[in-house]
Amino acid sequence: MTTIEKLNRPSRRALLKSGGALVVSIGAPMPLQLARAAEEARLVGAQPPLTPDQLSSYIAVNADGMISVFSGKTDLGQGLEVALAQMVAEELDVPFPAVKVATGDTASSVNQGGASSASGIQEGGKQLRAAAAEARRVLVDLAAQKLGVPAAELVVDGGVVHSNTEMAKSVSYAELVGGRYFNVTLAWNGKIGNPLYAPGKARPKDPKDYKIVGQLIKRQDIAPKVFAQQDFCTDIKVPGMVHGRMIRPAVAGAVPVKLDESSIKDIPGARVVWNQGFLGVVADKEWDAIKAARDLKVTWSNPTPPFPDQASLYDHIRKAPVRKSETEGPPVGDVDAAFKNAARVIEAEYEWPFQSHASMGPACAVVDIKGDQVTLWTGSQKPHFTRDGVAKILGVPPEKVRGIWILGPGSYGRNDAGDCAMDAALLAKAVGLPVRLQYMRDQATGWDPKAPASIHRARAAIDASGKVIGYEFTSKAFPRVDVNSNESAPHDTLAGQLTGVPLKSGDGFGVPEESYGFANKRTGYWETIAPLLDRGSPLRTSHLRDPIGPQVHFASESFMDELAAALNLDPVEFRLQYVTDPRDIAVIKAAAEKAGWQPAPSPRKGQGGNTVSGRGFAYIERHGTRLAIVADVDVDRSSGRIWPRKFTIAHDCGQIINPDGLVRVIEAGVVQGISRTLWEEVKFNNKNVTSVDWQSYPILDIAEAPEAIDVVLIDRPEIPPSGAGEPAIRPVAAVIANAVFDATGVRIRRVPFSPDNVKSALS
Amino acid sequence: MSEKFSLSVNGTVHSVTADPDTPLLYVLRDDLGLNNPHFGCGLAQCGACTVHLDGQPIRSCVTPVSAVGAADPVKTRPPAITTLAGLGTAEKPHPLQTAYIEEQVPQCGYCINGWLMTAAAFLRDTKKPTEAQIKDALSGLKCRCGTHLAILRAVKRAAAMMG
Repeated sequence: MTTIEKLNRPSRRALLKSGGALVVSIGAPMPLQLARAAEEARLVGAQPPLTPDQLSSYIAVNADGMISVFSGKTDLGQGLEVALAQMVAEELDVPFPAVKVATGDTASSVNQGGASSASGIQEGGKQLRAAAAEARRVLVDLAAQKLGVPAAELVVDGGVVHSNTEMAKSVSYAELVGGRYFNVTLAWNGKIGNPLYAPGKARPKDPKDYKIVGQLIKRQDIAPKVFAQQDFCTDIKVPGMVHGRMIRPAVAGAVPVKLDESSIKDIPGARVVWNQGFLGVVADKEWDAIKAARDLKVTWSNPTPPFPDQASLYDHIRKAPVRKSETEGPPVGDVDAAFKNAARVIEAEYEWPFQSHASMGPACAVVDIKGDQVTLWTGSQKPHFTRDGVAKILGVPPEKVRGIWILGPGSYGRNDAGDCAMDAALLAKAVGLPVRLQYMRDQATGWDPKAPASIHRARAAIDASGKVIGYEFTSKAFPRVDVNSNESAPHDTLAGQLTGVPLKSGDGFGVPEESYGFANKRTGYWETIAPLLDRGSPLRTSHLRDPIGPQVHFASESFMDELAAALNLDPVEFRLQYVTDPRDIAVIKAAAEKAGWQPAPSPRKGQGGNTVSGRGFAYIERHGTRLAIVADVDVDRSSGRIWPRKFTIAHDCGQIINPDGLVRVIEAGVVQGISRTLWEEVKFNNKNVTSVDWQSYPILDIAEAPEAIDVVLIDRPEIPPSGAGEPAIRPVAAVIANAVFDATGVRIRRVPFSPDNVKSALS
Repeated sequence: MSEKFSLSVNGTVHSVTADPDTPLLYVLRDDLGLNNPHFGCGLAQCGACTVHLDGQPIRSCVTPVSAVGAADPVKTRPPAITTLAGLGTAEKPHPLQTAYIEEQVPQCGYCINGWLMTAAAFLRDTKKPTEAQIKDALSGLKCRCGTHLAILRAVKRAAAMMG
């Protein structure tokens, strides 16, 4: 550790006496496996270990003054790299274009959790901000020594440190350390993943001094995508590579008992890889691998069909034994007494189906095993964890595996990418060649981890004056993670489970986030039930964008609307009566104002004809972010079609890094939320999932897109930024349901609101 | 059995050897090294593999190479296949590409071939389209990231640029 306090005194003698004066060090060239990082960083010298407690693990100053930033987050196309670069440029006082961000390569970044829980800025940016502030402090101290000017009298402008009285007394960052590693230890909290935090001694800037944070800067990944120059994970090609395809059973849980390899003998280069339930093929040409997977004659075991009928899904959840239950947080007041004393009790139950990530393209991974070195290219949004999982399934130390994240075909959580990487690793090991594996569409939709199906119950105690004196909310559901939200352990992947590692379901669920100040309140209880199949299940659950958030808040915010209606109160007025947090109150008022909300209880009166219109309201919190949303919908009563015509949102995620990126993230989150609300339901029969393509798993079509999504951003520069990638999807089902109730007087309590479901609800 | 085919792609004629039933998508991606069309479904349901064949959008994932390639050696010039890379370049962009950048449309961008190649043919044939016409022309294409509104803004912008 350097002695920074002494560096503040520009005395060489003091510096040497400190014994730790080497802030930067020079040594051997970087090893070959860091070639990609080196290309970006262009550094020489002995590299400090790539550990979370080293400043060099996050930031480097190149010889030409360009700043290289290494992030263990991944940007899935939501502008994260731009936002991170803004935060770093701000702290370092360099121009935005001088910062280049590299993400998701385990050879150049530490495990910051990848894309996870809308924490790219909240956690990932927080760390880079701290690292950049520390880098600036160290650089200014070095400049103080070099210029013989006290650090307090130095200012930085465009990466040049100069005296605040004599501009000519100056030295650039590049002159100070360019091309050499920082050798500065940070105060790491000992955690990896999202909670990793390792600040230095510097305090980040006061937000009132921001020049780059808060600015509208456009994304740099758009043009390459538009001009077909963007490489996706699917585009990686390695010399000598073969193409792989997996084979899944028609009945979930079945395993191959006999293969007739003569059935594919005419397909050039086709080879079978079979280990217990794991069955795949490779061939030199991709189309041949597809044909081999299609044509291989397999005799499967004949297990008892594992699933209930789709129609009895919610009965199954109701009746299934509780495997785990938990109460999160203490209750408020005496809820039982409140219900005993109630003049009136209102209750309702809500249901949410299994949903699929249904990523735009099936997952792909490339694995190249050369001697004891393994290279993995993956679209999994958590590449450090993928690296760990691949190392485990191959039985090699993690440091022998380099995981390189390359943009995949869409990712909104723990989708099929994690399974694909592990499958590719087993195929590559078995055939002794580099393997590129891509799933087929039916495998992407049918066999990806699913968002859990759930039932939610809410009830409220009302006193004689119409005041809500008690509120209770509970959930009973499949666990939120049968397989963990990352693939760092074989038991969390199909490859692991199909080769004999038992499932270890995570069992957890979750609770609503809001600030309703009911005098007696108990909302922390949930129950989860066993998975339907104990391994290799196409209905295994894991995180899909805002895990369990849309489910829980569909119920809780629909129920608030039910209470307002039962009490003949305007939905906004009702919420303002009870919501306590000032930021919650502010978003509610801002959304209502922007939408020109006309107070009235729902349902609205005096509408005749086939098409009726309604307006709904909802508000949510999520991990520090809060938003309120208004939906205007039209309902075609005869067809059951709902058209959510317009949305108005007020969004507060604390300090805004880039308003342009933020608005787009919110808008796309709402659209994905509409899709999940109106259309998405994983269909299955007792043998298997039957949602296997875009016909059997429809999503929102562009013809159904809303006319407008108006976003009001509330900027709070003094409050650290919280996430935006997930909150916007959270209230969408509730706000549409509330608007449909306003239009029709009919309450829809089951997702999806497909035309058939709505029609039967209306009749 | 593999056969030889001549393919005209983005103005260049290539000779490839492939099974006649091989979908054009794999020939473009694996044999010609053109990564732009993507595999999304293999079922002509999503559009991620869209290319133009003599100016008309087709789904390359269900189009056998034998249907678009001429027998090699070439007797007649094969029909013209255009991929996104052939639609325009950074130096000479198609108005849709300019509009997509202006409107910052894609998130992951994996779906982009379907939207751009379909809209390009539509805007070439339909001047000053209405919103309903645009939606109708693009209906059926998939975007999972939820950029629907941005796509519509960009197509309208490009339509205005194209007069």
